[in-house]
Amino acid sequence: METFDAFIVILGSGIRLGVPLILACLAGLWSERSGVVDIGLEGKMLTGAFGAAAVAEFTGNAWLGLIAGVVATVAVSLVHGYASIDQRANQIVSGTAINMVTDGLTALIGNAIWGQGGRTPQLPDSALFASIELPFVNALDPVPFLGNVYRHIISGHDIVTYAAFAFVPITYWALYSTRFGLRLRAVGESPAAVDTAGISVRGLRYSAVLICGVLVGLSGVYLALAQAAYFQPHMSAGKGFIALAALVFAKWRPWPALATCLLFGFLDALSIRLQGAVLPFIGAVPVQAIQTLPYILTVVLLAGFIGKATPPKSSGIPYVKER
Amino acid sequence: MSSPLKPLPVWADVALIPLLNVAAAFLISGLVVLAIGEDPIEAVRLLIVGALGDLEGIGFTLYYATSFIFTGLAVAVCFHAGLFNIGVEGQAYVAGLGAALACLTLGFLPGYTLVVVAILAAAVFGAAFAAIPGYLQAKRDSHIVITTIMFNYIASALMGYLLVNVLRVPGQMNAETRQFPPGGIVPQFHVLLKPLGIVWPDTPFNLSFLLALVCAAGVWALIWRTRLGFEIRTVGANASAAVYGGISPARVTIITTLLSGALSGGLAVNIILGEEHRLILEYTAGFGFVGIAVALMGRAHPVGIILAAILFGMLYQGGAELAFDKPKISRDMIIVIQGLVVLFAGALEHLFRRPVATLLARRTAHPPI
Amino acid sequence: MAKAADSGAAIAIELIGVDKSFGAVHANKHVNLQVQRGVIHGIVGENGAGKSTLMSILYGFYEADAGEIRINGEPVRIRSSREAISHGIGMVHQHFMLVPPLSVLENVMLGAEGGPLLARGAAATRRELARLAREYALEVDPDAIVGDLSVGLQQRVEILKALVRGAEILVLDEPTAVLTPSEADQLFDMLRVLKSQNKTILFITHKLREIMSLTDRVSVMRRGEMVATLETARTSPPELADAMVGRKVILKVDKGEAHPGKVVLEARGVTVRDDRGVVRVDNVSFSLREGEILGVAGVAGNGQSELLEALAGIRPLTAGEIWIDGAQRPAALQNPQGMRKLGVGHVPEDRHRVGLVMPFEACESAMLGFHRDPVYGAGFFFDRSAIVADEAAKMEAFDIRPRAPLLKTANFSGGNQQKIVLAREIERNPKVILVGQPTRGVDIGAIEFIHKRIVAMRDAGKAVLLVSVELDEIFALSDRILVLCAGRVTGERRPDETDAQDLGLLMAGVGERAA
Repeated sequence: METFDAFIVILGSGIRLGVPLILACLAGLWSERSGVVDIGLEGKMLTGAFGAAAVAEFTGNAWLGLIAGVVATVAVSLVHGYASIDQRANQIVSGTAINMVTDGLTALIGNAIWGQGGRTPQLPDSALFASIELPFVNALDPVPFLGNVYRHIISGHDIVTYAAFAFVPITYWALYSTRFGLRLRAVGESPAAVDTAGISVRGLRYSAVLICGVLVGLSGVYLALAQAAYFQPHMSAGKGFIALAALVFAKWRPWPALATCLLFGFLDALSIRLQGAVLPFIGAVPVQAIQTLPYILTVVLLAGFIGKATPPKSSGIPYVKER
Repeated sequence: MSSPLKPLPVWADVALIPLLNVAAAFLISGLVVLAIGEDPIEAVRLLIVGALGDLEGIGFTLYYATSFIFTGLAVAVCFHAGLFNIGVEGQAYVAGLGAALACLTLGFLPGYTLVVVAILAAAVFGAAFAAIPGYLQAKRDSHIVITTIMFNYIASALMGYLLVNVLRVPGQMNAETRQFPPGGIVPQFHVLLKPLGIVWPDTPFNLSFLLALVCAAGVWALIWRTRLGFEIRTVGANASAAVYGGISPARVTIITTLLSGALSGGLAVNIILGEEHRLILEYTAGFGFVGIAVALMGRAHPVGIILAAILFGMLYQGGAELAFDKPKISRDMIIVIQGLVVLFAGALEHLFRRPVATLLARRTAHPPI
Repeated sequence: MAKAADSGAAIAIELIGVDKSFGAVHANKHVNLQVQRGVIHGIVGENGAGKSTLMSILYGFYEADAGEIRINGEPVRIRSSREAISHGIGMVHQHFMLVPPLSVLENVMLGAEGGPLLARGAAATRRELARLAREYALEVDPDAIVGDLSVGLQQRVEILKALVRGAEILVLDEPTAVLTPSEADQLFDMLRVLKSQNKTILFITHKLREIMSLTDRVSVMRRGEMVATLETARTSPPELADAMVGRKVILKVDKGEAHPGKVVLEARGVTVRDDRGVVRVDNVSFSLREGEILGVAGVAGNGQSELLEALAGIRPLTAGEIWIDGAQRPAALQNPQGMRKLGVGHVPEDRHRVGLVMPFEACESAMLGFHRDPVYGAGFFFDRSAIVADEAAKMEAFDIRPRAPLLKTANFSGGNQQKIVLAREIERNPKVILVGQPTRGVDIGAIEFIHKRIVAMRDAGKAVLLVSVELDEIFALSDRILVLCAGRVTGERRPDETDAQDLGLLMAGVGERAA
């Protein structure tokens, strides 16, 4: 029973750690499905966190912070979009540049404003997204197993978390049931076909970059205003790259992306929990082993050992009308 | 935006456009400084004085530059083959393990043989770590960018585990190895010059600098004066022509990543063997990524890389002094500049082509070459 | 039966004085064309005649520099594919504009979804597809993934795309290039049914057999001009071939008699597939002797490229054998380096993409394929002076201008670039030399020089395989001529026993299929 309780708690933790991954992963999905490779998710997440924390700190209002975080991230996203789509830049280089600039800028400006190496002061409650207790939590408590699950896993998350989960079916629906989604999937595989059909390749890709900016901005907002209650330089700590790994692992599909992000979040929670713990047969579990699992799994997938990971065909290739 | 690249005269291509790109990066950096309420001109002055104003500053500048020459060369070698090696950070980290293991286990070796072996070990470990993504790209078509990003984190975790659990000096708090024996040290210049009566301030500037210059010359010779270099450049320029020319892109990919990993080992030589004399956690401190900016700014040419490395050395050293005087312009400013250089010299490198071409066309009656 | 230019018949498409240039290339010269409604109208011409450009203008890819387009009598401006579609013009491209991972239904709907949500449009499209299947026998499973379909079925999807958008005018660009004969027949049946429904069909091809069997009227283009419009029933392949090729003075190169020696290269039943698995070279056999030039004629895209690639070791054989100097080519040497060892030189068709490395200095491009040669440096390093001197000597011998071995390859003119390639391959003294399109994009002066050198090689006892789409060149240089059409050898001739018209027919797939 105790291990089950512990398990539930870890699962709940896993969800909290997985939320920024889900949002960032969906962001990357939209971008890459349209053919624009985005390795700048890490930097954009930071931007969203910084923008949200800064404005939330000044205004004391979480929602204003959210808007600011998203706007800032969309702006950065458009830079990457401009470089990739109009300037036909090497999208990897562009993404790397974004990561570097945002990493430095957020720390620099943060430090200039608040000192303390760029860390915001602890944000007041009004500037944060509180956990929401769903109805019937107390009523269900006595129920064995389910009550626990309901309290720790289903209820008690903030609104951004619930939104993140909602975005998965929304993404799925948008991609596969709407005109926009069809065109976007097409442009990621065969921009020439889309162009010939009289549809603007540029417009589709910019739209995708915009959506990406919104979603990854939200992941940053979550980091600062829901998970941590402050902004700290480099606080994304590689989550953007894990989200990228999850995207590859999920083969650019929404529901597998959710599952993979939850898995990676769970591994993260597990590694924290198991720090120093001694398991039978294995001995002391090196925390690093669990931490690196997402990365190792992605490499194994890319090496083709567990199926093929084929990105959208026009991924990373700037579209030049060939006549 | 469907027109092909506008042709420009050679001097514009090789000098003007790169200069404009770097200028744009610095201009925007200046605007950022303004935005946080500081004077950019003053900042530049403090930076230059901090970097070159006295022998101590110069020493530190060159010490940093040495690191950047190594990582810049590592990235550049891969660029020539058309590969983007983001994994220099991780490869250099693992190279440090090689150097450390050599020094900690082979202390019985006489005189300077230990340090030579340690240098070789660094190169071998770095190359081996780079070999995996290289092989995966060559034989299994796994995108080297994603795999090297993953391997950076794997390196971090692996090394972290080793330093904390295996290599740490028992009883000590810090996650680092014990000090290396004297035979495993790359001497610093101020130590070397003392017996000759030349007094230089105590800086980490060490003989690795000479090794870096030798490597730069070696890379130049390899890329432009050997058959392997010819093959590398051909694969990078035109893979179809390479196949036609009897060159195997897969083989070249693997060899190039091995070389790149070996070069990243130079970071271990400069920092671990030259200054720290023990292996410490995260010693690479982002220098692998600076290498990307250096390689892009230096147009993947060793001469350009050396110049760019010195510039970034100045930024790091001058930036430290600047941050001391003006705490608002923290050391993160360097990262911003670095990122802007990558943006303008790498991603937006053709941004200025059209305006420059138009300008030149208007001023000259004759078309360019 | 309609007479030519019958004023009573409705004109679906009229092009008046359409003119288009790309820099120095005058692709369409004042083209006039009238296409009647409900008719299958063929357009023939050699490569470079301007057919594709004209169709691209009709479909909105380009805008003409001058001239007018009228659809059903109304003058229109077509600036984009969207506008073309709105005027009822549907195009089936030679390289399909499909999205392979998506289903047939999704591909057909792309751009004509019928609303922001797919559900309604999908139902309507399914109904439409079912109707089209009934009426025109255009059966395809709407849920099949396009990438899994055969090429013939993929083309069917392309046609359906156009029809679903209400195309009344269908333009097909070289549609049978990728089809098997039975698929081609099915296509023709389909087109006849469409015609019976009063659709107008523009059919672009170089294959005269298809023109004769399918079209009602045919227009001939030559060197950018529309030279004739005829009623198919009242013309014949020779007349068409004549119009296609024209009576022009055939380039003469001073060449003496050939004295062919022993067989050095033999192709036995060579079959080659392209990257998509389509057969491009079909059971081709021939032998090549030293001291002779064997010209391979044919319209581009009929297997010559794949044949060259297979001979040069760049592309694997699907079936058949290649024999060099009396021995079968061993598997270990079935690659470019191996072929060089066997003494086979290769001047590729595409010097930009394959033959040269444009960013390299000329002297470096000159090392491509031979960089391991000790003449460039005995030890580990290159001997730069040897490399530069070697190229300087070649430049002198081949009159390459400017005499600048250090100049970037991209900065040489087309003719000089080609000479760099030629010098590189010829100076190695190969036994056999494969030459593809040696004078494509090359100026007149260089053409003459290159031709002389090719003849000189023959006289020196080399075996030369010359692949060219330029009939002039084939006639001028060849001692024997093979004609390829649809990957098969359709005929073999001596230059003095044939003429352009005869070759034109063979290139167009008419005539006996002799080996």
